[in-house]
Amino acid sequence: MRIGHAGAPRGAGRLFLHLALLVACLVFILPTLGLLVSSFRPRNQIALSGWWTAFETPFSFTLKNYANVLSRANMGRSFLNSLMISIPATVIPVSVAAFAAYAFAWMRFKGREVLFLALIGLLVVPIQMTVIPVLKLFNVVHLTGTFAGIWLAHTAYGLPFAIYLLRNFIQELPPSMLESAFIDGASHPKVFLSLVLPTSLPAIASLAIYQFMWVWNDLFVALIFLGGTQDVAPMTLTMANMVNSYGGGWEFLTAAAFISMAFPLLVFFTMQKYYVKGILAGSVKE
Amino acid sequence: MNTILMLAVAVIGVPLLLVAYIRLSEPLAGKDPRRAALIRPWLWLLPTFVLVSAFLVYPVIATLVASFKDAESAGWVGLANYAAVFSSPDNLAALRNNVLWLVFFTLGTLVFGLLIAVLSDRVRYESVVKALVFIPMAISFVAAGIIWKFMFEFRPAGEVQVGTVNAVLTAVVPAFKPVAWLVNTNTNNPALIAVGIWMWTGFAMVILSAAIKAIPTDVVEAARIDGATELQIFGRVTLPLVGPTLGFVATTMMINVLKVFDIVYVMTNGNLGTDVIANRMYKEMFNYHDTGMASAIATFLLLCIAPVMIVNIRRYRRGGS
Repeated sequence: MRIGHAGAPRGAGRLFLHLALLVACLVFILPTLGLLVSSFRPRNQIALSGWWTAFETPFSFTLKNYANVLSRANMGRSFLNSLMISIPATVIPVSVAAFAAYAFAWMRFKGREVLFLALIGLLVVPIQMTVIPVLKLFNVVHLTGTFAGIWLAHTAYGLPFAIYLLRNFIQELPPSMLESAFIDGASHPKVFLSLVLPTSLPAIASLAIYQFMWVWNDLFVALIFLGGTQDVAPMTLTMANMVNSYGGGWEFLTAAAFISMAFPLLVFFTMQKYYVKGILAGSVKE
Repeated sequence: MNTILMLAVAVIGVPLLLVAYIRLSEPLAGKDPRRAALIRPWLWLLPTFVLVSAFLVYPVIATLVASFKDAESAGWVGLANYAAVFSSPDNLAALRNNVLWLVFFTLGTLVFGLLIAVLSDRVRYESVVKALVFIPMAISFVAAGIIWKFMFEFRPAGEVQVGTVNAVLTAVVPAFKPVAWLVNTNTNNPALIAVGIWMWTGFAMVILSAAIKAIPTDVVEAARIDGATELQIFGRVTLPLVGPTLGFVATTMMINVLKVFDIVYVMTNGNLGTDVIANRMYKEMFNYHDTGMASAIATFLLLCIAPVMIVNIRRYRRGGS
């Protein structure tokens, strides 16, 4: 890897460069670090002194905040709920989108381009524009406050972007590859499942990570469709409620926030390449 | 146990069901290959159409219709809800705040993103800097809200400051009086916007950094040999060449701003003059049960977002993925 456009500034300029970057790093990491350190400090100390004093002797760190928040504040349950919501809300839209993307890329039919453009056009619709009628619909069919309901909602909201991304990728596959399979007598389902799907795995991985993080970090959709139901609330929702009810209960909030961040951070550090790719592609959706 | 079973059914069952559906629908399309080719695409697209119709197309129309009706969606009120969007004090305050967000959030993410991208391009530890700056993108707005509520924590002057911001300023600035950042009506909006900037600078940085890397080294070298200063290189070479990318990042940020909800909901819940339109919509619906007003605000949001989004998608498509 080359080092960008390095060179020129030396001496004082170079020092200033390092200093500016150091400040930038501190600004972006200190807030998170402060939260992490505080989450291991006893309740009374969080309230009495800044988190940076934790490194002065005598040390007093504790795991009690985590134990409390997992048992008492419903965070353990919420963590599982977040998984219960995010995993299907990733697998289902990616599966549905893959079939549709293949149809849009490799089948000829009347109105294909118009339909595809209409579908992309739906990217402009903010979720706010849809929630009231969908909620009324959910109340009729008893999907409000259920996992199935929020899976369906996240699936539908994620579809236009997912199809858009996957079609762009599947379309670029070499035609000769597919044509020779068709000449050998393979059917569309066979070509899709045994040829297109395996070759599209990098795109599917980026999409899946993007969708997973989006759902995992989502508050709005959960608030609307799961709002009043503690049993199914994901972490974002439980934390938002905690902020309101506990007020300054920092020993709870810091531990809760860190539990909710641990998973995305793990994904970020282990799959940074796919994640950044997904986010960049996702920028048209945000 | 029940939930684990549900999870398994959803994660394994749904994809299997889709595969079975596609395979079984092959005979349905018929033996005649030309007829099959006509019918098959629609069978493949059916699940998408059902979901998108139920969750996007129908609701948009229903919301649009409801925006011309009263709070219970019973009688027509014409444009009264829209008039209220631009006249009720609550909505006007929210609109003003969205404009503040639009200007300062967009500028902030662009300036800091570009600055960090340009500066880190010149050092060996670039990847470390970029990873650190990007981390906030991975966490939820709710977690970020908590992180920054903690950063902005306020204690009256004379007491020990446990909030980092007040502690640092008290230590560095002589005679600094601690500020209740989220309560003081002069500072609460800037404080919320700062949180947004903190979260999204990494995004701007990554995209701008890619654009900077794409500038041929010999162009920069040639300018250097001609005696251009680093500032001149930045202003006359780098900036013009990353211009289109800056435009793309700016439009993306504008869309983000219009939808901003979580940060405000968690940190102030829109109190003390910090409301934004997305939060107004939520309150009209769930606190005041005014379907008409909520629908009108949502429609207004759509009308603001749509043009920016169209520009963005076009630009993205031209640039290729």
